[in-house]
Amino acid sequence: MVERTPIFNAVCQIVLLIGLLTVLFPFVIVIVAATHDIRAVNTVPMSLVPGSDLLTNLHEAWVRADLGRKLINSFVFAGTVAAGKVLLSSMAAFAIVYFRFPGRMLMFWVIFVTLMLPLEVRIVPTYAVAANALAPFQAILDITGISWLIHAISGLQVKLEWGLLNSYPGLILPLVATATGTFLYRQFYLTVPDELAEAAKMDGSGPVRFFVDILFPLSKPNMIALFTIMFVWSWNQYLWPLLITTDPNFGIAVTQLKHLIPSEFGLPDWNVAMAGTLIIMAPPLIVVIVMQRWFVRGLISTEK
Amino acid sequence: MEKRATFSSTRIGLLFALPMLVLIFVFFYWPSGQALYWAFTLEQPWGGGNTWVGLQNFRQLLSDPYYWGAISRSMVFGLGSTGIAMGVALLLALFTDREMRGHKAYRSIFIWPYAIAAPALGLAFRFILAPEAGFLSLINQIWPGLWNPALDGTDAMIAVIIAFSWKYIGYNFIFFLSALQSIPRSLIEAAAMDGSGPMRRMWDIQLPLLTPTLFFLLVINITESFQDSFGIVDIMTQGGPARATELMVYKIYFDGFKGLDYSGAAAQSIILMGLVVLLTIVQFRFIERRVHYK
Repeated sequence: MVERTPIFNAVCQIVLLIGLLTVLFPFVIVIVAATHDIRAVNTVPMSLVPGSDLLTNLHEAWVRADLGRKLINSFVFAGTVAAGKVLLSSMAAFAIVYFRFPGRMLMFWVIFVTLMLPLEVRIVPTYAVAANALAPFQAILDITGISWLIHAISGLQVKLEWGLLNSYPGLILPLVATATGTFLYRQFYLTVPDELAEAAKMDGSGPVRFFVDILFPLSKPNMIALFTIMFVWSWNQYLWPLLITTDPNFGIAVTQLKHLIPSEFGLPDWNVAMAGTLIIMAPPLIVVIVMQRWFVRGLISTEK
Repeated sequence: MEKRATFSSTRIGLLFALPMLVLIFVFFYWPSGQALYWAFTLEQPWGGGNTWVGLQNFRQLLSDPYYWGAISRSMVFGLGSTGIAMGVALLLALFTDREMRGHKAYRSIFIWPYAIAAPALGLAFRFILAPEAGFLSLINQIWPGLWNPALDGTDAMIAVIIAFSWKYIGYNFIFFLSALQSIPRSLIEAAAMDGSGPMRRMWDIQLPLLTPTLFFLLVINITESFQDSFGIVDIMTQGGPARATELMVYKIYFDGFKGLDYSGAAAQSIILMGLVVLLTIVQFRFIERRVHYK
């Protein structure tokens, strides 16, 4: 820094150290508790010297919460949500930035408004839509009289139905349907020099070619950043998966935490609960540690 | 900002936006409309469609002391956790920004809490704060019965606030630090040259320049406290004891999916939506007026 302030520096270091301990304390507790046996984990105060039962506890938690299957589901779920977000938002932003057509600004606002209301806030009706994802179209046909018309002409009853409860699309699609990534991409496209598009057009490339061959490679850093934050975000989703997956085959890891809460009766086996917590929280934590630069960058540029 | 070189094919442009628009229509606009419809209607007990009841659902809700309880608890939770998370994060970011020894380690470790799923840290804190086994049980050995989030509503609220704040320290830290780093060094050096100490510079230069970030984070933290709190509450207290931690989203979930009262839950959703939209609009108005110092 600019000047010598030994006392203030010492104060800063002490505060930072306390902050560090506060941040690390829960991690340490989870890891240490996962190594104890049931008796050691219940002594007050719990010893901070690791025990030797880590593998037994991990195995017990793995079996109890069926984590093999659930972790695979979580990876599929979080990976697809992140990939879907990247793909759809890069395309939608392309349409908004690079085309001139009537209603473009309206489209921009239609997408933009979705930023305001997170899924948790409109959870009940979204769940009803997921029971039959084609219901909106059915209703439109009914109201406009088209289904009556079809019925009158061909005698066919129009019944559109696509239930999404207990399925991967049901888990994934509603979480993709927000504008978070679209804005990241819009900001990025706006910084791409105009000369590139001009040159591409002069060379006779159409919009699709320009998108695939020029914008796509250019936006790789963007893609990684968006993918990282979306992976962590969707891995950590809880309420939506909890509602939509009643069939254990489609359950994800985070919702399994509920099965790990120790029972109220007898000695609570917190060691197993903490071992399960450790397994479930590890993947996003590792992603954040390894991809820290991208994670921070993505977070800051999507939210602004 | 507009592009100079654009493509003219409306058809291809629309095709690019179509997948997003369809998804948003089905999973955003339709459900939001549906919520409005349900909020003003009541389902017949033996089927046969919904009947229009006007504002009855809202009137019922607003005369329900439990609902007002959920609102005031959400406010206590939101303001409490936002205050702690932002205060601690601001302090840590200001000090980390001084780039003393070890600042690189601090810079990465302080982000970690944000990577943890709310229910996972809920379970971890349930253990840490458990009255019989965890670390606060030490208190109970000295003053028996002083701390018991399973029975005492205030303790339970404190427990969920601690858990939520811990996670959002990481989030706020990221934004504060990046805002601090974008303040030109020359400003700070000029102030130092004029004889102001580090505290003075923080107070008179860095903090005022951080106001847009502060305000942005204030709104985001409060909105997140409405939604991200669900996992923590569901794992740590399940709204208990005696509704002491029943926040708005938890009540919507409980009334809608456990109580199967769609109309009531929809009316609650509408009120919550209104609150969130209001916060966002306030944020935009404010940011438009005050942000651009550059």
